[in-house]
Amino acid sequence: METILVLDHTENDGSLARSAREALHTAATLHKSLAGSQIVIGLAGENVQAAANSIAACPATKYFGVTGADFIQARYATDAAAAEAICKAAQATIVVAPATSRWMRVLPGVAQRLGGRADTHVTGVAAADGKISVNRWYYRQRMESTQNRTQRPWILAIDPGSQTACECGAGTASVEIVAVTIPEAAKRTTVVGVREPKADAQTIRPDAQLLFVIGAGWTKKQADGQTHVPEAAKIILEFLHKTRASLGSSKSLVDLGGEGQAVLPFLSHLNQIGQTGATPRHPKGLSTCCHGEEPHTVGWRFVNERRAISLDPNCCWARGKADVLYVADAFSVMKKVNELLVADPI
Amino acid sequence: MLPAILDPWAGHALFEAANLAKNQPGSKVWLVSLGPKAKLQQVMMTVAQKVPFDLVALDSPANGFTDATETAAALAEAIAAIPGLDKTRLLLFGGWESASRGAGATMQIVGERLGITEQFQGVDELKVTADGSLEILERVEGGKHQVSKCAGAPALLGWATGNLPDPKNNPQVGMANMRTVMPALQKAKPVKFIGEGLSFASVALPKQMRETQVVKDKSPDDIAKEIVEWIKN
Repeated sequence: METILVLDHTENDGSLARSAREALHTAATLHKSLAGSQIVIGLAGENVQAAANSIAACPATKYFGVTGADFIQARYATDAAAAEAICKAAQATIVVAPATSRWMRVLPGVAQRLGGRADTHVTGVAAADGKISVNRWYYRQRMESTQNRTQRPWILAIDPGSQTACECGAGTASVEIVAVTIPEAAKRTTVVGVREPKADAQTIRPDAQLLFVIGAGWTKKQADGQTHVPEAAKIILEFLHKTRASLGSSKSLVDLGGEGQAVLPFLSHLNQIGQTGATPRHPKGLSTCCHGEEPHTVGWRFVNERRAISLDPNCCWARGKADVLYVADAFSVMKKVNELLVADPI
Repeated sequence: MLPAILDPWAGHALFEAANLAKNQPGSKVWLVSLGPKAKLQQVMMTVAQKVPFDLVALDSPANGFTDATETAAALAEAIAAIPGLDKTRLLLFGGWESASRGAGATMQIVGERLGITEQFQGVDELKVTADGSLEILERVEGGKHQVSKCAGAPALLGWATGNLPDPKNNPQVGMANMRTVMPALQKAKPVKFIGEGLSFASVALPKQMRETQVVKDKSPDDIAKEIVEWIKN
């Protein structure tokens, strides 16, 4: 009999993120298809009662919590201790957790401590004839496998955005607090804060409806033989401001700075989409002045509707990858788009 | 045949390590690398001229789906066996999604096996302060960085892309490295992976070929209208 543990951490305000509810949905679906299994919840954070109450109507039979000031920070030593203690207390054989940066830092190490295994980039979990199998991605979203394991506990880190979020209701949950004593030696690291661009300069918005991707073409010589980088920056930022889209970039555009070429000042490696960048999940994606093949395309793996603007009708990136390719000058089109959005805002 | 290179994260980790060692007198860089011996030799052709290091080579079979646990076990064993390595002063660098096909799991397991519990993933910046403590920027959700202060070594850093450019090739560095690279390759310890308990039902490339509608004959005004309508719907 499998004991399925949903392992979540609370947010700073004590709530559960959407990704935590996605993990819960995945586990609940698995529980339904796995006869004789039971589902339990494990939560780590300063105080987990509110989070537990918020999902009290889920099919879990038990709630475990590791709480206290030591578990506010996203720190390896304390997070690993909390996760390890919860897994042991729950006697978990399957652990379903959201692949947040916080859990991804520790879960493979926790699996090692427990003598189990961890699979990451999981986007599907199913059971048939009592056998569990997972779908996961390898090589940065280039290959997808279906696989199973005999080792337990088996930790599954679910890619955020890949699942439906559980909408189970609130109630009152009885949380069994698991005592974890943290020695001073485990507090050699202190999280001192989060560094982010100013609110109006933040261009990465994971929850945006639209991903706007810019390529190196924006910084190249235009029809008049000159580059127009300041104008490009103005057009791009205006579009982002009006649509609240998330900004992605090709690697070549991000790398230009290191090559001494004119750069768009608001870009960093965090904007990079593709093989060595991010593979964000957005309902729509608009690509402009991009050129590239598979390494860039993997960044679009989870973007549903895709359109592209390029001067090259045979652009190997757009053909076969985008739904619509507009053969046009992105400067002209996007200027006009901005004008239309001024006249009739979203 | 594909070229044998370090993946970008592993490459950045090496360059960051070399840069740190250059600025911290008395430091030394070991590059522990696992792969088919012939491939490792090709990798050395591309990196050995860039920064100074001592190579520790592990001769493993080419395998598209090596399990992170097994890879980590082999790497940790090789690190632990490095003669003269003071583990209390060890900064273990690697690519955050390197070694095991972008799993993002190998480094954490290596750290656990070596007893390193100061671990950081998706690192873009490391500063060593005057008192030897570390300030580390890790990527977190939403295009942000988490800033942590760590009392010092031992620590493990899984690097993202960092901020350093690729170092230029330096033949003198290459010559110095080759004195240790070739013997290391010759005595590379063979490693076998058995994939115990893991079975694959299927492995496939995603089929996402789309029927692209190519629009050639519309004015920028018309295209803009169509795009705005599409965004709003």
